[in-house]
Amino acid sequence: MSSIYLVTAKVAAVAFALGLALPATAQDSTHARSLAATCFTCHGTDGHSVNGVPPSLAGQNKDYLLKQLGEFRDGKRPATIMHQHAKGYTNEQLELISGYFASVTPGRATPAPAVR
Amino acid sequence: MTVSRREFMKWASATAGVTAVAGCAAGGGAGSSGRVVVVGGGYGGATAAKFVKMWAPDIDVTLVEPNQYFISCPISNLVLGGNAQMSDITYSYDGLRQRGIRVIRDSAVAVDAAKRQVRLAGGDTLPYDRVIMSPGIEFMVDQIPALKNADAQDRVPHAWKAGAQTMVLRKQLEAMHDGGVYVLQIPMAPYRCPPGPYERVCQIADYFKKAKPKSKIIVLDSNPDITSKKGLFLAAWNGMYKGMIEYRPNSEIADVDVRGMTIKLQFDNVKGDVLNVVPAMRAADIAVRSGLITANNRWCGVDWLTCESTAVKGVHVLGDSTLSASAMPKSGSMANQHAKVCAAAVIALIKGQPVNADPMMMNTCYSFVSGDSAMHVASVHRYDAVHKTIVPVKGSGGVSAAASTAEAAYAWGWARNIWAEALA
Repeated sequence: MSSIYLVTAKVAAVAFALGLALPATAQDSTHARSLAATCFTCHGTDGHSVNGVPPSLAGQNKDYLLKQLGEFRDGKRPATIMHQHAKGYTNEQLELISGYFASVTPGRATPAPAVR
Repeated sequence: MTVSRREFMKWASATAGVTAVAGCAAGGGAGSSGRVVVVGGGYGGATAAKFVKMWAPDIDVTLVEPNQYFISCPISNLVLGGNAQMSDITYSYDGLRQRGIRVIRDSAVAVDAAKRQVRLAGGDTLPYDRVIMSPGIEFMVDQIPALKNADAQDRVPHAWKAGAQTMVLRKQLEAMHDGGVYVLQIPMAPYRCPPGPYERVCQIADYFKKAKPKSKIIVLDSNPDITSKKGLFLAAWNGMYKGMIEYRPNSEIADVDVRGMTIKLQFDNVKGDVLNVVPAMRAADIAVRSGLITANNRWCGVDWLTCESTAVKGVHVLGDSTLSASAMPKSGSMANQHAKVCAAAVIALIKGQPVNADPMMMNTCYSFVSGDSAMHVASVHRYDAVHKTIVPVKGSGGVSAAASTAEAAYAWGWARNIWAEALA
Protein backbone atom coordinates (compact mmCIF):
# COMPACT_ATOMS: atom_id res chain seq x y z
CA MET A 1 0.00 0.00 0.00
CA SER A 2 2.78 2.35 0.96
CA SER A 3 4.67 1.73 -2.28
CA ILE A 4 1.53 2.38 -4.32
CA TYR A 5 1.03 5.52 -2.29
CA LEU A 6 4.62 6.60 -2.97
CA VAL A 7 4.28 6.00 -6.71
CA THR A 8 1.01 7.91 -6.73
CA ALA A 9 2.58 10.71 -4.74
CA LYS A 10 5.52 10.88 -7.12
CA VAL A 11 3.26 10.99 -10.17
CA ALA A 12 1.16 13.65 -8.49
CA ALA A 13 4.25 15.62 -7.60
CA VAL A 14 5.48 15.47 -11.18
CA ALA A 15 2.06 16.50 -12.45
CA PHE A 16 1.99 19.29 -9.89
CA ALA A 17 5.39 20.43 -11.04
CA LEU A 18 4.25 20.30 -14.66
CA GLY A 19 1.18 22.31 -13.79
CA LEU A 20 3.35 24.97 -12.22
CA ALA A 21 6.00 24.81 -14.88
CA LEU A 22 6.01 27.28 -17.72
CA PRO A 23 4.72 26.12 -21.09
CA ALA A 24 7.46 25.26 -23.62
CA THR A 25 7.26 28.64 -25.34
CA ALA A 26 7.73 30.49 -22.04
CA GLN A 27 10.72 28.27 -21.25
CA ASP A 28 12.16 29.13 -24.65
CA SER A 29 11.71 32.80 -23.90
CA THR A 30 13.39 32.42 -20.49
CA HIS A 31 16.29 30.71 -22.26
CA ALA A 32 16.41 33.49 -24.87
CA ARG A 33 16.28 36.08 -22.10
CA SER A 34 19.25 34.51 -20.30
CA LEU A 35 21.24 34.48 -23.55
CA ALA A 36 20.35 38.11 -24.30
CA ALA A 37 21.23 39.04 -20.70
CA THR A 38 24.89 38.36 -21.55
CA CYS A 39 24.64 41.38 -23.90
CA PHE A 40 22.96 43.66 -21.30
CA THR A 41 26.30 44.34 -19.56
CA CYS A 42 27.37 46.70 -22.37
CA HIS A 43 24.09 47.35 -24.21
CA GLY A 44 21.95 47.98 -21.12
CA THR A 45 19.28 46.02 -19.29
CA ASP A 46 16.88 44.57 -21.89
CA GLY A 47 18.93 46.41 -24.51
CA HIS A 48 18.03 49.90 -23.26
CA SER A 49 21.42 51.58 -23.45
CA VAL A 50 22.17 54.61 -21.27
CA ASN A 51 23.10 57.46 -23.68
CA GLY A 52 22.79 55.02 -26.60
CA VAL A 53 26.51 54.07 -26.60
CA PRO A 54 26.87 51.23 -27.47
CA PRO A 55 23.55 51.24 -29.34
CA SER A 56 20.24 50.24 -27.80
CA LEU A 57 19.03 46.87 -29.04
CA ALA A 58 15.54 47.01 -27.51
CA GLY A 59 12.86 46.79 -30.18
CA GLN A 60 15.32 46.34 -33.05
CA ASN A 61 14.15 44.34 -36.03
CA LYS A 62 15.02 40.67 -35.54
CA ASP A 63 16.24 40.01 -39.09
CA TYR A 64 18.36 43.16 -39.02
CA LEU A 65 19.99 42.19 -35.70
CA LEU A 66 20.65 38.64 -36.86
CA LYS A 67 22.18 39.89 -40.12
CA GLN A 68 24.50 42.29 -38.24
CA LEU A 69 25.57 39.61 -35.77
CA GLY A 70 26.31 37.23 -38.65
CA GLU A 71 28.33 39.91 -40.44
CA PHE A 72 30.29 40.72 -37.28
CA ARG A 73 31.02 37.04 -36.80
CA ASP A 74 32.09 36.53 -40.42
CA GLY A 75 34.24 39.67 -40.42
CA LYS A 76 32.06 41.37 -43.06
CA ARG A 77 31.16 44.28 -40.79
CA PRO A 78 34.18 45.97 -39.19
CA ALA A 79 34.10 46.20 -35.40
CA THR A 80 36.26 46.91 -32.38
CA ILE A 81 34.87 44.09 -30.26
CA MET A 82 31.65 42.64 -31.69
CA HIS A 83 33.40 40.19 -34.03
CA GLN A 84 35.08 38.63 -30.98
CA HIS A 85 31.80 38.33 -29.09
CA ALA A 86 29.67 37.13 -32.02
CA LYS A 87 32.07 34.21 -32.60
CA GLY A 88 31.18 32.88 -29.16
CA TYR A 89 27.59 32.00 -30.04
CA THR A 90 25.93 29.43 -32.29
CA ASN A 91 23.51 30.47 -35.06
CA GLU A 92 20.65 29.18 -32.96
CA GLN A 93 21.78 31.28 -29.98
CA LEU A 94 22.20 34.41 -32.14
CA GLU A 95 18.67 33.89 -33.44
CA LEU A 96 17.24 33.59 -29.91
CA ILE A 97 19.15 36.71 -28.82
CA SER A 98 17.90 38.70 -31.84
CA GLY A 99 14.35 37.50 -31.22
CA TYR A 100 14.52 38.53 -27.58
CA PHE A 101 15.65 42.10 -28.29
CA ALA A 102 13.03 42.40 -31.07
CA SER A 103 10.35 41.48 -28.53
CA VAL A 104 11.34 44.24 -26.06
CA THR A 105 9.49 47.57 -26.21
CA PRO A 106 11.96 50.32 -27.09
CA GLY A 107 12.27 53.04 -24.49
CA ARG A 108 14.55 55.24 -22.49
CA ALA A 109 17.21 53.68 -20.27
CA THR A 110 17.38 54.58 -16.59
CA PRO A 111 20.94 55.42 -15.52
CA ALA A 112 22.35 54.43 -12.12
CA PRO A 113 21.12 57.01 -9.60
CA ALA A 114 23.68 59.65 -8.66
CA VAL A 115 24.22 60.52 -5.02
CA ARG A 116 22.00 63.44 -4.02
CA MET B 1 15.14 25.28 -27.54
CA THR B 2 14.04 21.68 -27.72
CA VAL B 3 14.19 19.49 -24.64
CA SER B 4 15.01 15.84 -25.21
CA ARG B 5 12.86 13.25 -23.47
CA ARG B 6 15.78 12.21 -21.24
CA GLU B 7 16.50 15.79 -20.20
CA PHE B 8 12.81 16.30 -19.61
CA MET B 9 12.51 13.28 -17.31
CA LYS B 10 15.66 14.27 -15.41
CA TRP B 11 14.24 17.72 -14.96
CA ALA B 12 10.74 16.49 -14.02
CA SER B 13 12.01 14.20 -11.28
CA ALA B 14 14.37 16.86 -9.92
CA THR B 15 11.62 19.44 -10.09
CA ALA B 16 9.22 17.38 -8.00
CA GLY B 17 11.57 17.39 -5.03
CA VAL B 18 12.48 21.03 -5.38
CA THR B 19 8.84 22.07 -5.57
CA ALA B 20 8.04 20.25 -2.37
CA VAL B 21 10.95 21.91 -0.56
CA ALA B 22 10.10 25.33 -1.92
CA GLY B 23 6.47 24.83 -0.94
CA CYS B 24 7.47 24.37 2.70
CA ALA B 25 10.22 26.94 2.81
CA ALA B 26 8.49 29.82 1.07
CA GLY B 27 7.03 32.16 3.59
CA GLY B 28 7.67 35.78 2.81
CA GLY B 29 4.91 38.34 2.80
CA ALA B 30 1.42 37.75 1.46
CA GLY B 31 1.68 36.69 -2.16
CA SER B 32 5.42 36.13 -1.85
CA SER B 33 6.72 32.94 -3.39
CA GLY B 34 10.05 33.00 -1.58
CA ARG B 35 12.73 35.00 0.17
CA VAL B 36 16.13 35.79 -1.27
CA VAL B 37 18.79 37.52 0.80
CA VAL B 38 21.77 38.98 -1.08
CA VAL B 39 24.96 39.68 0.87
CA GLY B 40 27.14 42.38 -0.71
CA GLY B 41 26.05 45.23 -2.97
CA GLY B 42 28.89 45.33 -5.49
CA TYR B 43 28.83 44.34 -9.16
CA GLY B 44 27.70 40.80 -8.34
CA GLY B 45 25.27 41.29 -5.47
CA ALA B 46 23.48 44.46 -6.58
CA THR B 47 22.96 43.00 -10.05
CA ALA B 48 21.70 39.70 -8.65
CA ALA B 49 19.24 41.49 -6.34
CA LYS B 50 17.90 43.55 -9.22
CA PHE B 51 17.48 40.63 -11.61
CA VAL B 52 15.79 38.33 -9.09
CA LYS B 53 13.28 41.13 -8.40
CA MET B 54 12.90 42.12 -12.07
CA TRP B 55 12.42 38.57 -13.33
CA ALA B 56 10.31 37.40 -10.34
CA PRO B 57 8.53 40.34 -8.68
CA ASP B 58 6.72 37.92 -6.35
CA ILE B 59 10.00 36.98 -4.61
CA ASP B 60 11.01 39.08 -1.58
CA VAL B 61 14.55 40.37 -2.08
CA THR B 62 16.74 41.87 0.66
CA LEU B 63 20.19 43.30 -0.04
CA VAL B 64 22.68 43.64 2.82
CA GLU B 65 25.51 46.11 2.22
CA PRO B 66 27.61 47.94 4.83
CA ASN B 67 28.48 50.93 2.64
CA GLN B 68 26.04 53.75 2.05
CA TYR B 69 27.06 54.09 -1.59
CA PHE B 70 28.24 51.93 -4.44
CA ILE B 71 31.74 53.05 -5.43
CA SER B 72 33.06 51.46 -8.61
CA CYS B 73 36.53 49.95 -8.88
CA PRO B 74 36.37 50.14 -12.70
CA ILE B 75 37.07 53.78 -13.69
CA SER B 76 38.68 54.41 -10.24
CA ASN B 77 42.11 54.33 -11.92
CA LEU B 78 40.93 57.35 -13.92
CA VAL B 79 40.31 59.15 -10.63
CA LEU B 80 43.95 58.45 -9.71
CA GLY B 81 45.03 59.86 -13.06
CA GLY B 82 42.87 62.96 -12.67
CA ASN B 83 40.74 61.91 -15.65
CA ALA B 84 37.56 61.30 -13.58
CA GLN B 85 36.16 62.41 -10.24
CA MET B 86 34.91 60.39 -7.26
CA SER B 87 31.39 61.60 -8.13
CA ASP B 88 31.71 59.81 -11.49
CA ILE B 89 32.11 56.44 -9.73
CA THR B 90 29.79 56.91 -6.72
CA TYR B 91 26.13 55.87 -6.96
CA SER B 92 23.18 55.34 -4.64
CA TYR B 93 21.15 52.21 -3.94
CA ASP B 94 17.88 54.17 -4.30
CA GLY B 95 17.15 52.62 -7.71
CA LEU B 96 17.05 49.18 -6.08
CA ARG B 97 14.80 50.50 -3.30
CA GLN B 98 12.45 51.87 -5.96
CA ARG B 99 12.25 48.39 -7.44
CA GLY B 100 10.91 47.06 -4.15
CA ILE B 101 14.17 45.59 -2.91
CA ARG B 102 14.80 46.03 0.82
CA VAL B 103 18.30 47.50 1.16
CA ILE B 104 19.75 47.11 4.66
CA ARG B 105 22.90 49.02 5.59
CA ASP B 106 24.64 46.47 7.78
CA SER B 107 27.26 43.74 7.62
CA ALA B 108 26.48 40.05 7.49
CA VAL B 109 28.49 38.25 10.15
CA ALA B 110 27.41 34.66 9.57
CA VAL B 111 25.21 32.45 7.45
CA ASP B 112 23.46 29.60 9.26
CA ALA B 113 22.66 27.25 6.40
CA ALA B 114 20.87 24.75 8.66
CA LYS B 115 18.43 27.39 9.90
CA ARG B 116 18.53 29.25 6.58
CA GLN B 117 19.31 32.55 8.27
CA VAL B 118 21.77 35.37 7.78
CA ARG B 119 22.90 37.06 11.00
CA LEU B 120 23.76 40.75 10.82
CA ALA B 121 26.27 42.76 12.89
CA GLY B 122 23.40 45.00 14.02
CA GLY B 123 21.71 42.00 15.64
CA ASP B 124 18.98 41.25 13.09
CA THR B 125 18.45 37.82 11.62
CA LEU B 126 17.19 37.46 8.06
CA PRO B 127 15.49 34.18 7.06
CA TYR B 128 15.93 33.00 3.48
CA ASP B 129 15.00 30.31 1.02
CA ARG B 130 18.15 31.04 -0.99
CA VAL B 131 21.03 33.32 -0.04
CA ILE B 132 23.29 34.91 -2.65
CA MET B 133 26.75 35.86 -1.37
CA SER B 134 28.79 38.38 -3.31
CA PRO B 135 31.19 39.49 -0.58
CA GLY B 136 34.20 40.36 -2.73
CA ILE B 137 37.80 40.04 -1.61
CA GLU B 138 39.88 40.49 1.51
CA PHE B 139 43.59 41.33 1.44
CA MET B 140 46.03 38.76 2.80
CA VAL B 141 47.92 41.40 4.79
CA ASP B 142 49.34 38.75 7.10
CA GLN B 143 51.83 38.10 4.26
CA ILE B 144 53.10 41.70 4.55
CA PRO B 145 53.63 42.17 8.32
CA ALA B 146 54.05 45.97 8.29
CA LEU B 147 50.69 46.45 6.57
CA LYS B 148 48.63 44.70 9.24
CA ASN B 149 47.52 47.93 10.88
CA ALA B 150 45.10 50.36 9.26
CA ASP B 151 47.42 53.32 9.85
CA ALA B 152 50.13 51.72 7.73
CA GLN B 153 47.57 51.05 4.98
CA ASP B 154 46.83 54.78 4.89
CA ARG B 155 50.55 55.51 4.47
CA VAL B 156 51.00 52.73 1.91
CA PRO B 157 47.57 52.37 0.28
CA HIS B 158 46.36 49.51 -1.91
CA ALA B 159 43.54 51.56 -3.49
CA TRP B 160 42.23 48.20 -4.73
CA LYS B 161 38.82 48.76 -3.14
CA ALA B 162 37.51 52.02 -4.51
CA GLY B 163 36.55 54.69 -1.99
CA ALA B 164 38.60 56.24 0.80
CA GLN B 165 41.73 54.42 -0.37
CA THR B 166 41.36 55.87 -3.88
CA MET B 167 41.34 59.36 -2.39
CA VAL B 168 44.32 58.61 -0.13
CA LEU B 169 46.45 57.54 -3.10
CA ARG B 170 45.29 60.44 -5.29
CA LYS B 171 46.22 62.95 -2.55
CA GLN B 172 49.66 61.36 -2.17
CA LEU B 173 50.24 61.62 -5.92
CA GLU B 174 49.13 65.25 -5.88
CA ALA B 175 51.45 66.03 -2.95
CA MET B 176 54.48 64.30 -4.51
CA HIS B 177 57.20 66.61 -5.87
CA ASP B 178 58.06 66.67 -9.56
CA GLY B 179 60.88 64.18 -9.97
CA GLY B 180 59.46 61.81 -7.37
CA VAL B 181 59.09 58.05 -7.73
CA TYR B 182 55.77 56.15 -7.59
CA VAL B 183 56.13 52.42 -6.91
CA LEU B 184 53.35 49.91 -7.60
CA GLN B 185 53.65 46.38 -6.24
CA ILE B 186 51.37 43.84 -8.00
CA PRO B 187 50.36 40.55 -6.33
CA MET B 188 50.63 37.12 -7.91
CA ALA B 189 47.59 36.17 -10.03
CA PRO B 190 44.75 35.45 -9.43
CA TYR B 191 43.74 38.85 -8.15
CA ARG B 192 40.80 41.21 -8.77
CA CYS B 193 40.92 42.85 -12.22
CA PRO B 194 43.90 41.35 -14.13
CA PRO B 195 44.60 44.42 -16.35
CA GLY B 196 43.89 46.87 -13.49
CA PRO B 197 47.50 47.37 -12.27
CA TYR B 198 48.81 48.05 -15.78
CA GLU B 199 45.95 50.47 -16.47
CA ARG B 200 46.83 52.23 -13.20
CA VAL B 201 50.42 52.63 -14.39
CA CYS B 202 49.11 54.28 -17.60
CA GLN B 203 46.79 56.61 -15.69
CA ILE B 204 49.48 57.75 -13.26
CA ALA B 205 51.96 58.16 -16.14
CA ASP B 206 49.34 60.31 -17.89
CA TYR B 207 49.07 62.47 -14.77
CA PHE B 208 52.85 62.73 -14.32
CA LYS B 209 53.34 63.60 -17.99
CA LYS B 210 50.97 66.55 -17.62
CA ALA B 211 51.72 67.70 -14.05
CA LYS B 212 55.10 66.27 -12.96
CA PRO B 213 57.07 65.33 -16.07
CA LYS B 214 60.35 64.54 -14.25
CA SER B 215 58.68 61.84 -12.15
CA LYS B 216 59.18 58.11 -12.59
CA ILE B 217 57.17 54.91 -12.10
CA ILE B 218 58.59 51.60 -10.90
CA VAL B 219 56.39 48.53 -11.36
CA LEU B 220 57.25 45.60 -9.09
CA ASP B 221 55.25 42.69 -10.49
CA SER B 222 55.13 39.45 -8.51
CA ASN B 223 54.18 37.74 -11.76
CA PRO B 224 56.76 36.64 -14.33
CA ASP B 225 55.20 38.93 -16.96
CA ILE B 226 52.37 41.40 -17.62
CA THR B 227 49.28 39.26 -17.02
CA SER B 228 46.79 40.96 -19.37
CA LYS B 229 46.83 42.89 -22.69
CA LYS B 230 50.63 42.78 -22.62
CA GLY B 231 51.30 44.03 -26.15
CA LEU B 232 48.80 46.87 -25.83
CA PHE B 233 50.17 48.06 -22.48
CA LEU B 234 53.75 47.85 -23.72
CA ALA B 235 52.77 49.91 -26.77
CA ALA B 236 51.59 52.68 -24.41
CA TRP B 237 54.57 52.38 -22.05
CA ASN B 238 57.10 52.42 -24.90
CA GLY B 239 55.15 55.01 -26.86
CA MET B 240 53.35 57.89 -25.16
CA TYR B 241 55.05 57.20 -21.78
CA LYS B 242 58.54 56.36 -23.10
CA GLY B 243 61.25 56.62 -20.46
CA MET B 244 58.83 57.05 -17.56
CA ILE B 245 58.19 53.43 -16.54
CA GLU B 246 60.53 50.75 -15.25
CA TYR B 247 58.97 47.28 -15.20
CA ARG B 248 60.48 44.56 -12.98
CA PRO B 249 58.90 41.09 -13.22
CA ASN B 250 59.28 38.33 -10.58
CA SER B 251 59.36 40.95 -7.82
CA GLU B 252 57.48 39.35 -4.95
CA ILE B 253 57.14 41.48 -1.85
CA ALA B 254 58.53 40.40 1.54
CA ASP B 255 57.58 43.44 3.63
CA VAL B 256 57.40 47.23 3.67
CA ASP B 257 59.43 49.72 5.65
CA VAL B 258 56.66 52.26 6.10
CA ARG B 259 58.79 54.92 7.83
CA GLY B 260 61.62 54.51 5.34
CA MET B 261 59.17 54.37 2.42
CA THR B 262 60.85 51.25 1.08
CA ILE B 263 59.42 48.07 -0.39
CA LYS B 264 61.43 45.05 0.66
CA LEU B 265 61.76 42.35 -1.97
CA GLN B 266 63.52 39.07 -1.40
CA PHE B 267 66.92 40.29 -2.65
CA ASP B 268 66.41 43.99 -3.09
CA ASN B 269 64.94 47.13 -1.53
CA VAL B 270 63.06 49.68 -3.58
CA LYS B 271 62.57 53.19 -2.26
CA GLY B 272 59.82 55.50 -3.45
CA ASP B 273 58.00 58.74 -2.68
CA VAL B 274 54.56 57.15 -3.11
CA LEU B 275 54.22 53.44 -2.41
CA ASN B 276 51.17 51.54 -3.66
CA VAL B 277 51.15 47.94 -2.47
CA VAL B 278 48.32 45.67 -3.61
CA PRO B 279 48.42 42.61 -1.34
CA ALA B 280 47.39 39.14 -2.47
CA MET B 281 43.66 38.43 -2.10
CA ARG B 282 41.22 35.79 -0.96
CA ALA B 283 37.44 35.59 -0.57
CA ALA B 284 36.09 37.94 2.11
CA ASP B 285 35.83 36.93 5.79
CA ILE B 286 32.09 36.16 5.68
CA ALA B 287 32.85 33.45 3.10
CA VAL B 288 35.40 31.94 5.49
CA ARG B 289 33.02 32.09 8.47
CA SER B 290 30.22 30.54 6.40
CA GLY B 291 32.35 27.55 5.40
CA LEU B 292 32.34 28.43 1.70
CA ILE B 293 36.10 28.26 1.06
CA THR B 294 36.96 25.16 -0.96
CA ALA B 295 40.21 25.98 -2.78
CA ASN B 296 43.70 26.93 -1.52
CA ASN B 297 42.23 28.45 1.65
CA ARG B 298 41.22 31.35 -0.60
CA TRP B 299 38.28 30.86 -2.95
CA CYS B 300 34.69 29.57 -2.99
CA GLY B 301 33.94 26.69 -5.34
CA VAL B 302 30.55 26.85 -7.08
CA ASP B 303 28.38 24.83 -9.43
CA TRP B 304 28.42 27.13 -12.48
CA LEU B 305 24.88 26.12 -13.54
CA THR B 306 23.47 27.88 -10.47
CA CYS B 307 26.45 29.51 -8.70
CA GLU B 308 25.44 27.38 -5.71
CA SER B 309 28.32 26.68 -3.33
CA THR B 310 29.84 23.23 -3.68
CA ALA B 311 30.33 23.26 0.10
CA VAL B 312 27.01 24.56 1.49
CA LYS B 313 23.58 23.90 -0.05
CA GLY B 314 21.18 26.80 -0.48
CA VAL B 315 24.06 29.29 -0.53
CA HIS B 316 25.05 30.83 -3.88
CA VAL B 317 28.33 32.68 -4.41
CA LEU B 318 29.20 35.24 -7.08
CA GLY B 319 31.97 37.47 -8.25
CA ASP B 320 35.59 37.81 -7.21
CA SER B 321 35.29 35.48 -4.21
CA THR B 322 34.55 32.46 -6.41
CA LEU B 323 37.14 29.94 -7.56
CA SER B 324 37.34 31.22 -11.13
CA ALA B 325 36.77 28.75 -13.94
CA SER B 326 39.40 28.38 -16.65
CA ALA B 327 40.24 31.72 -18.35
CA MET B 328 37.57 33.49 -16.31
CA PRO B 329 38.88 36.79 -14.94
CA LYS B 330 37.89 38.31 -11.59
CA SER B 331 36.19 41.32 -13.13
CA GLY B 332 33.11 43.50 -12.72
CA SER B 333 31.86 42.21 -16.07
CA MET B 334 32.18 38.62 -14.95
CA ALA B 335 30.45 39.32 -11.61
CA ASN B 336 27.60 40.93 -13.58
CA GLN B 337 27.35 37.78 -15.72
CA HIS B 338 27.52 35.45 -12.72
CA ALA B 339 24.70 37.50 -11.17
CA LYS B 340 22.30 36.94 -14.06
CA VAL B 341 23.03 33.21 -14.34
CA CYS B 342 22.54 32.94 -10.58
CA ALA B 343 19.37 35.08 -10.50
CA ALA B 344 17.72 32.94 -13.19
CA ALA B 345 18.74 29.74 -11.40
CA VAL B 346 17.60 30.92 -7.97
CA ILE B 347 14.19 31.87 -9.37
CA ALA B 348 13.90 28.50 -11.12
CA LEU B 349 14.90 26.60 -7.96
CA ILE B 350 12.42 28.50 -5.79
CA LYS B 351 9.60 28.05 -8.29
CA GLY B 352 10.38 24.43 -9.10
CA GLN B 353 11.21 25.18 -12.72
CA PRO B 354 14.08 23.67 -14.71
CA VAL B 355 17.45 25.36 -14.36
CA ASN B 356 19.05 26.51 -17.62
CA ALA B 357 21.32 23.62 -18.62
CA ASP B 358 23.65 25.64 -20.85
CA PRO B 359 24.34 29.09 -19.43
CA MET B 360 26.61 31.48 -21.33
CA MET B 361 28.81 34.22 -19.92
CA MET B 362 30.64 37.01 -21.69
CA ASN B 363 33.49 39.16 -20.44
CA THR B 364 34.39 42.66 -21.56
CA CYS B 365 37.18 44.56 -19.79
CA TYR B 366 38.22 47.97 -21.02
CA SER B 367 41.44 49.68 -19.91
CA PHE B 368 42.18 53.37 -20.38
CA VAL B 369 45.75 54.10 -21.46
CA SER B 370 45.13 57.86 -21.12
CA GLY B 371 42.16 60.15 -20.49
CA ASP B 372 40.65 59.55 -23.90
CA SER B 373 42.07 56.32 -25.27
CA ALA B 374 41.08 52.78 -24.26
CA MET B 375 41.38 49.16 -25.33
CA HIS B 376 39.68 45.90 -24.40
CA VAL B 377 39.99 42.22 -23.75
CA ALA B 378 36.90 40.14 -24.49
CA SER B 379 35.90 36.51 -24.07
CA VAL B 380 32.82 34.30 -24.34
CA HIS B 381 32.30 31.32 -22.03
CA ARG B 382 29.92 28.35 -22.21
CA TYR B 383 28.96 25.57 -19.83
CA ASP B 384 30.74 22.28 -20.51
CA ALA B 385 28.38 19.56 -19.30
CA VAL B 386 31.07 16.85 -19.45
CA HIS B 387 33.54 18.66 -17.20
CA LYS B 388 30.76 20.50 -15.30
CA THR B 389 32.46 23.86 -15.57
CA ILE B 390 32.53 27.03 -17.63
CA VAL B 391 35.02 27.06 -20.50
CA PRO B 392 35.96 29.70 -23.07
CA VAL B 393 34.35 29.21 -26.48
CA LYS B 394 37.09 28.31 -28.98
CA GLY B 395 37.68 30.99 -31.59
CA SER B 396 35.87 33.70 -29.65
CA GLY B 397 37.25 36.70 -27.81
CA GLY B 398 40.45 38.66 -28.21
CA VAL B 399 41.95 42.07 -27.61
CA SER B 400 41.84 45.44 -29.39
CA ALA B 401 44.00 45.93 -32.44
CA ALA B 402 45.16 49.18 -30.76
CA ALA B 403 43.95 51.58 -28.10
CA SER B 404 41.62 54.23 -29.55
CA THR B 405 39.33 57.15 -28.72
CA ALA B 406 36.42 55.14 -30.19
CA GLU B 407 36.97 52.48 -27.56
CA ALA B 408 37.19 55.12 -24.83
CA ALA B 409 33.60 56.06 -25.73
CA TYR B 410 32.60 52.39 -25.61
CA ALA B 411 34.39 51.98 -22.29
CA TRP B 412 32.36 54.81 -20.77
CA GLY B 413 29.25 53.25 -22.35
CA TRP B 414 30.17 49.95 -20.72
CA ALA B 415 30.56 51.70 -17.35
CA ARG B 416 27.25 53.58 -17.55
CA ASN B 417 25.37 50.48 -18.63
CA ILE B 418 26.90 48.06 -16.13
CA TRP B 419 26.24 50.59 -13.33
CA ALA B 420 22.62 50.85 -14.50
CA GLU B 421 22.46 47.04 -14.64
CA ALA B 422 23.42 46.90 -10.97
CA LEU B 423 21.61 49.93 -9.58
CA ALA B 424 18.82 51.29 -11.80
